[in-house]
Amino acid sequence: MLTNADLLALNGTPGNFTATVNLRPRYIDADACTACGLCTQYCPRHHVDPYNEGLAITRPIHIDYAQAVPATYYIDPSSCLFLQHGTCQICVPVCQSHAINFNQKPEERTLNVGAVILSPGFGKIDPKTLARFSYGKHPDVVTAFEFERMTTASGPFQGEIKCFSDGRHPKRIAFLQCVGSRDIGCNNGYCSSVCCMYAIKEALVTKEHDPEVDITIYYMDIRTQGKDFDAARDRAEAIGIKFVRAKVADVTPWQNRLQLTYATLDGQHKFEPFDLVVLSVGLESPKDARKIADITKIDLNRYDFCATDSFNPLQTSQPGIVVAGAFQGPKDIPESVTQSSAAASLTAASMKSARGKGVEVISYPDEQKVGATEEPRIGVFVCHCGINISSVVDVAQVAKYAGDMKNVSYFTENLYSCSQDAQEVIKKKIKEHNLNRVVIAACSPRTHEPLFQETLRDAGLNRNLFEMVNIRDQCSWVHAGEPELATIKSKDLVRMAVCKARHIQPLPEQTVPVTSKALVIGAGVAGMTAALNLADQGFDSVLIEKSDSIGGNLRHLHHTLAGDAVQAHLQNLVAKVRASKHIELVCNAELAQTAGFIGNFSSVIASGKGADKVEQTVDHGVIIVATGGREHRPEKYLLGKSKKVVTQQELEKQLAGKGKNRAPGSVLMIQCAGSRGDDLQYCSKVCCNHALKNILKIKELNPQSQIIVLYRDMRAYGFAEDAYLEARKMGVVFIPYEVDRKPEVTEKGAKVQVRFFDSIMQEEVIMSPDLVALSVGIVPDDTDTLSKLLKLPVTANSFFLEAHVKLRPVEMAVSGVYVCGLAHGPKPVDETIVQAQAAAAKAAIPLVKGYVKVDPIVSSVEQDKCIGCGLCVSLCPYGAIVMQKVDGKRKAETISASCKACGICAAHCPTFAISMGGFTNEQINSQIEAFGDRAQVTAV
Amino acid sequence: MGKAIHQREGAVMILGGGIAGIQAALDLTELGFYVYLVEKAPAVGGVMAQLDKTFPTNDCAL
Repeated sequence: MLTNADLLALNGTPGNFTATVNLRPRYIDADACTACGLCTQYCPRHHVDPYNEGLAITRPIHIDYAQAVPATYYIDPSSCLFLQHGTCQICVPVCQSHAINFNQKPEERTLNVGAVILSPGFGKIDPKTLARFSYGKHPDVVTAFEFERMTTASGPFQGEIKCFSDGRHPKRIAFLQCVGSRDIGCNNGYCSSVCCMYAIKEALVTKEHDPEVDITIYYMDIRTQGKDFDAARDRAEAIGIKFVRAKVADVTPWQNRLQLTYATLDGQHKFEPFDLVVLSVGLESPKDARKIADITKIDLNRYDFCATDSFNPLQTSQPGIVVAGAFQGPKDIPESVTQSSAAASLTAASMKSARGKGVEVISYPDEQKVGATEEPRIGVFVCHCGINISSVVDVAQVAKYAGDMKNVSYFTENLYSCSQDAQEVIKKKIKEHNLNRVVIAACSPRTHEPLFQETLRDAGLNRNLFEMVNIRDQCSWVHAGEPELATIKSKDLVRMAVCKARHIQPLPEQTVPVTSKALVIGAGVAGMTAALNLADQGFDSVLIEKSDSIGGNLRHLHHTLAGDAVQAHLQNLVAKVRASKHIELVCNAELAQTAGFIGNFSSVIASGKGADKVEQTVDHGVIIVATGGREHRPEKYLLGKSKKVVTQQELEKQLAGKGKNRAPGSVLMIQCAGSRGDDLQYCSKVCCNHALKNILKIKELNPQSQIIVLYRDMRAYGFAEDAYLEARKMGVVFIPYEVDRKPEVTEKGAKVQVRFFDSIMQEEVIMSPDLVALSVGIVPDDTDTLSKLLKLPVTANSFFLEAHVKLRPVEMAVSGVYVCGLAHGPKPVDETIVQAQAAAAKAAIPLVKGYVKVDPIVSSVEQDKCIGCGLCVSLCPYGAIVMQKVDGKRKAETISASCKACGICAAHCPTFAISMGGFTNEQINSQIEAFGDRAQVTAV
Repeated sequence: MGKAIHQREGAVMILGGGIAGIQAALDLTELGFYVYLVEKAPAVGGVMAQLDKTFPTNDCAL
């Protein structure tokens, strides 16, 4: 990890690049800094805090936030008195660990790398663009980034929302969408794709803070096209957040408030006063985009984002260099995370031969045997955490108190238990006093338990012979005003931990070998891309397809909105799949049965029909689900009844054909046909762009064609906004309709008639177009069967539900199963390809390792006590418990590799037959008993 | 991650340590590669570290 670092040069070819990086000095020795914060307290100079969007003041010597990685302070040279004027240096003697070093100089490093991933993120909109909304002129106009810091509990105002002008709490707040996006005035013609979501999120958070506050969101289109995002908008509307379709022209100060001027769809001019105005600013290309392009020689698009194409969405114009995240185009967190995994798999494939050569293997000394009967010898270390704990809790008293307890062979205090030298002390004391249990009372186990467990392993102790007490978060922080009670509570917690520690036992480190093969279900673009990527990384897969040919929905598409030809790519893909020696393709096949767990699945594949039906068993380590989806065909608007009513997919086919009059003279398109609260509850993400794609094609073939689009929100997100603008420039008419006034399509002889309410003219209109094109949604292909077979959860809309919607977007709750493509949710082809590559990355991880590590805290069943009721099996959310016949009786058994150690089974077992590693009933009971027994210490 | 060694086979450079760069780095190390994560700011985390509700606990596992 090289922070404070700038890329200066990049030379060479794929597999052999040389990068020159400049490391700017932090002026603080990262290894010595304990992040105590004393230096910031003593530093006399003010510094505007960029981390808090300039809403707070910090000091030149600071850390951005407590959890920053690396957890080292730094000096911002732009305002440091010594670095600017050669005076001061107060911080140097203040620092107890002598970490401050003004002699640090910039350092140039040369890195030899085989590949490069560009993920520089995004830039911010120029304040000049915001000036017409009075930003910079009136303190109560803020950007959404500033507002985010304001609402944050850990932010500069502890989550208190106030007007900067006079500190009052705002009663009326306006959000202005599309500031610096969809705005050719500042050359940002594209849609930033995230602002609608974050505005709704911030509005919801604000309502949580103050339910009385009145919030209005001014928008052109609400673009919540992501998976289940529309639900958030509905939730916002339900709690009274107002949505007004209007572009706000300006914001001007009015008395002590701000006045918005805007025009509504029906042509009315309106004025509205607000206390606080939040600008939903867009994402721009990174500030140094051109510099990066110059150094790496990659091409940028017209908006200075990285240029890529629909079928290689992450490949830059330079081989060996891929892109991920917002630099590829504005996008949200889950898509950035997905792209990153995809970029990792592309890089891993391109550098297959170098895999494993650069990684250090950490080795540990042999583990000392600690028997169950051996007398516990507990060491207790109580941490000051600088002054974080010791300024409130009497640390010496807590340590002494622990020292008086039975079985405690050693106790001490540490200034910083987490520091490097403290680890050495802990190891030394373990040896010296022959300790076989360690209790550390310090900060949060969430952040520091792994570190201390490493130290135990280094000292030859099993890492589970460890108990951590959080006397910082739970004592000194929350009871800062009551030091005595905080000290008593610290003693209580330490006593409980020591009592539990008497009963803890070493737990074995288990690993399970992995069968190096994948099963990929579904041979559409997602499944094929995933299997090919795995093949490129050197792994075999069995690719099964239920129909007799491969290609899925791609067979029905002809070109993408960006203009790339689909069929050529599809043929290329199919040829590669058929030629690959790593892919075994089975058509007319479906999954009949699957048993096992991550690394060790065994599946029965049924293929062929009737008498030719055969079954084969395949052993594999991972599963990629790419079962796809299909066009939803609503029984509405005469679809299927009139030849003049078609879906966008059918229209695309017609336009790609050879018919003479394939581009009709007048076309009316109806968006959201059957979607968003109709047959389907959700937005299908692709339909708006599909309509735009067909519109441009019609106009190309027949420029005279008259096209009207009836829509609810045109969701031309990202660079597709360009196509939307182009269509409007060509004279295509876009008219929004309301849910309670949907268009009606009827048959009038040989013609179709469409009746709709024109919200711009404010009147009812009747038309007879040559063709009606319906933008219908996407439904998943039978996810039900597979969901039961593999125990995979699905959403309310029957798409597969990922393990974590933001941070684990392609993994499933069941270990070893990954999802991509339409089976996960509606999405266009480029996003499907990225997701397939990401699924391949995640699936390759266990295959690369060759084993799966099992966390020792998993559950285990004492089969003598098990009565075979099966309650645990039905409750386990991960499919990690199975029933087995043992001597003719039903007994439960944990599949350790699938268990996530949640403890649900143990809590529900009626006979206490199930226990969790490290949290046995005995251990928890002793902890609870110790809680109620303050006298215990003196008793022993 | 250990300290950077100048000559290393199987290394990848990731430019930018926001959520995208961090995720790519984590996946690549798991896939058996050494990663140089180059970040211009003093800490990794990018914009996501400034966000409030989406991710209240923003520890990254690097």
